[in-house]
Amino acid sequence: MFDFIKDNLILNDPMLIGANISILLSVIGIVFILTYFKKWKWLWTEWLTTVDHKKIGIMYIIAAIVMLFRGGVDALLMRAQLTVPNNEFLTSHHYNEIFTTHGTIMIIFMAMPFVMGLMNVVVPLQIGARDVAFPYLNALSFWSFFFGAILFNISFVFGGSPDAGWTNYAPLAIEGSTGPGINYYLLGLQISGIGTLLTGINFIVTIIKMRAPGMTLLRMPMFTWTSLVTAFIIVFAFPVLTVTLALMTFDRIFGTHFFTLADGGMPMLWANLFWIWGHPEVYIVILPAFGIFSEIISAFARKTLFGYKSMVISIVTISFLSFLVWVHHFFTMGGSAAVNSVFSITTMAIAIPTGIKIFNWLLTLYKGRIEFSVPMLWSVGFIPTFLIGGVTGVMLGMAAADFQYHNSYFLVAHFHYTLIAGTVFACFAGFVFWYPKMFGHKLNERLGKWTFWFFTIGFNVCFLPQFLLGFDGMPRRVYTYGPEDGWTGLNVISTIGGIGMGIAFMILVYNVYYSFRYSKRETTGDVWGNGRTLEWATTTAVAPHYNFAVVPEVKGYDAFWLMKQEKQKEKIEYKPIHMPSNAGTPIVMSAFFFVAGFGLVFKLWWIAILGGIGVLACLAVRSLRSHKEDEGYYVSVDEILKTEEKKEA
Amino acid sequence: MAHVNENISPDTPLEYQSGIGRLNIFGFWIFLGAEMALFATIFATFFVLDGHTGGGPLPSELFDLKNTLIMTLLLLTSSFTSGLAINEMRRKNVKSMIVWIVITLLFGLGFLYMEITEFIHLVHEGATLGTNAFWSGFYFLTGTHGLHVSLGIGWIILIVLQVIKRGLTPDTAKKVFISSLYWHFLDFVWIFVFTGVYLLGLVGS
Repeated sequence: MFDFIKDNLILNDPMLIGANISILLSVIGIVFILTYFKKWKWLWTEWLTTVDHKKIGIMYIIAAIVMLFRGGVDALLMRAQLTVPNNEFLTSHHYNEIFTTHGTIMIIFMAMPFVMGLMNVVVPLQIGARDVAFPYLNALSFWSFFFGAILFNISFVFGGSPDAGWTNYAPLAIEGSTGPGINYYLLGLQISGIGTLLTGINFIVTIIKMRAPGMTLLRMPMFTWTSLVTAFIIVFAFPVLTVTLALMTFDRIFGTHFFTLADGGMPMLWANLFWIWGHPEVYIVILPAFGIFSEIISAFARKTLFGYKSMVISIVTISFLSFLVWVHHFFTMGGSAAVNSVFSITTMAIAIPTGIKIFNWLLTLYKGRIEFSVPMLWSVGFIPTFLIGGVTGVMLGMAAADFQYHNSYFLVAHFHYTLIAGTVFACFAGFVFWYPKMFGHKLNERLGKWTFWFFTIGFNVCFLPQFLLGFDGMPRRVYTYGPEDGWTGLNVISTIGGIGMGIAFMILVYNVYYSFRYSKRETTGDVWGNGRTLEWATTTAVAPHYNFAVVPEVKGYDAFWLMKQEKQKEKIEYKPIHMPSNAGTPIVMSAFFFVAGFGLVFKLWWIAILGGIGVLACLAVRSLRSHKEDEGYYVSVDEILKTEEKKEA
Repeated sequence: MAHVNENISPDTPLEYQSGIGRLNIFGFWIFLGAEMALFATIFATFFVLDGHTGGGPLPSELFDLKNTLIMTLLLLTSSFTSGLAINEMRRKNVKSMIVWIVITLLFGLGFLYMEITEFIHLVHEGATLGTNAFWSGFYFLTGTHGLHVSLGIGWIILIVLQVIKRGLTPDTAKKVFISSLYWHFLDFVWIFVFTGVYLLGLVGS
């Protein structure tokens, strides 16, 4: 056992030793603070066992921000390495590991959880529900994501990171990479994928079955619509990932021949399966972003969203098309002209519904009384920036032209323009917009604007030069280049932009601290004064776990806006509210998933089996528990009255 | 689960009477949708790798039609008896419901026994998980199905225990109903395994 730890703990690299020490110190620090302030019990009852969708959402977002930090450090390390020619800051192997973890973490462990965090906080509120359909399952979703992320991340200090790119192409990932790194990738993603699938099921049922009376499908807020469509994409795309990861896990651990070069295996099958999941995945992170922008633009332009129905239709269309374009990720890997043409056309077709949306946002802004608050800045900044990503996407979508651009920095610039300008801008926008809903106070506007400008300018300075680098022939994934290539100048500029984004991140984090100390506490639910949807109808902070004292009656689209116009003050009679009780099994079960995953990574069978038994035991415990009418508890009328009076004050 | 309408007619089947019951059943249908995607992917993999048997024994040499036919009949019948169990549940006959469920489980166990002996036989003949891509695909597909059957048996046993302990309530009825949906689904998948893997395997090459 001691030898096992000694062999796998990475101690030969000063940078990683530094990281090890800082991780150790942070853990000790957290343990010390929790013990000193006697917060362990609080942590357990209020957070670790919670089934409240708002708290789960907050935990998702915190985890996502931590992952943004990790992925961002990876990015800056890469930029540092590429700034000057013939740099020896990182070795080629270390560079491989870093670009792999950067991509994987940003997509799977940052973008998705961030979006799901916002969905968790907002969607039940927007539809006037007390909770999601399956609160217990929701906690399980979060914890399996969380432990999957941890499993993936410890590869960095224990055993070595995956190094075959975030797409993990076979046969490289099977025959080319012998360490445990790829196993970490396969099992970390597998475990967090379980959580994602459960979230998908949960939100479909929640949105279809739990809407407040009067909220027809075509009265649902745009963010709820995009979340619903996203949930459907998840339910049909994630099982593909589950199978794909399992197949490669078998190849690596049990010696099967799905993607191997020998004995009839087909490496190309990996590429197909991976992107059948991978392309819809892009829309899993981008569609909710569209929803967030729709909400914010309509709120701060003080207008109903323009072309609501066409927006809905275009989102549904995109979700269908997202499953029909996967081959565009490998036009150059030997598909026939006919195959490439078909996928080229379906790919370019996605630009049509997306274009419709862009015009809808512009027309919502048109003649609106626009207020440039921080969320609005992100949303307005998104439109032109995302457009660059979209247009270059159409360029890449032309199969013939793709032979020129593929695997170059042009591609790198393109997908950062879509994913950062789309998803990351939306995450920041939604984070600031709904922050008061979560924590009871706004983030500081001034610091928020600094974040926005540093980030947006830094982003463009970083990635615009990369289009040019792509035209100059700089391939992606190279770890260094020669001075004679002539890529130095643009790379220097790009790195400067990257630093700008890093500064923006630090301002954001400081803003959270600063606002916690100094921001005015909000008392009304409608913090921005422009709220149009139901989440603004409840009290401000996370406090009322029951969401709505009385289930709201929905009379049309922009339900809360209509309520405000009517300004009715009826006498309300409160009734006790039934809520689900906390549960410890989700975190325990996910911890067992982690144990099982860890055992498989190192082929330590007894650990793997132990974890597996633990998971099954947790499932059995849950199954045997009765869902009788007394499960959960009732919130008393007194408590409701107290909470609601605080809001009136 | 709060504001799901609880005013329902007493004629509604027991499993649909509680709000949570209706949510769970609907959620389980969505889950089965995901399971369809899962098995569709595994089938696609199997068919892509079909014929990739360089070196190893061919399926047509090893598959035993009689054996598979019995397995199929066992599973199909178990689906039928599972349906009878639900019928008895609707008639509030707890005892006969449990009897039919136990029969269902016995058929399921018989199926599993035959599948495991088949695997042992195949391995004996030199067709293992690592022989070649075809056999990898074969074991992955049938193994995933078999694993589902095994988990289903364990799960249904737990549910029967609850019915015995608590009687037929909207809660336990919902669990029985959902587990029967799951069982029918496994049967449905097996029909594709039988035709796509065994029959085509015997005909082809």
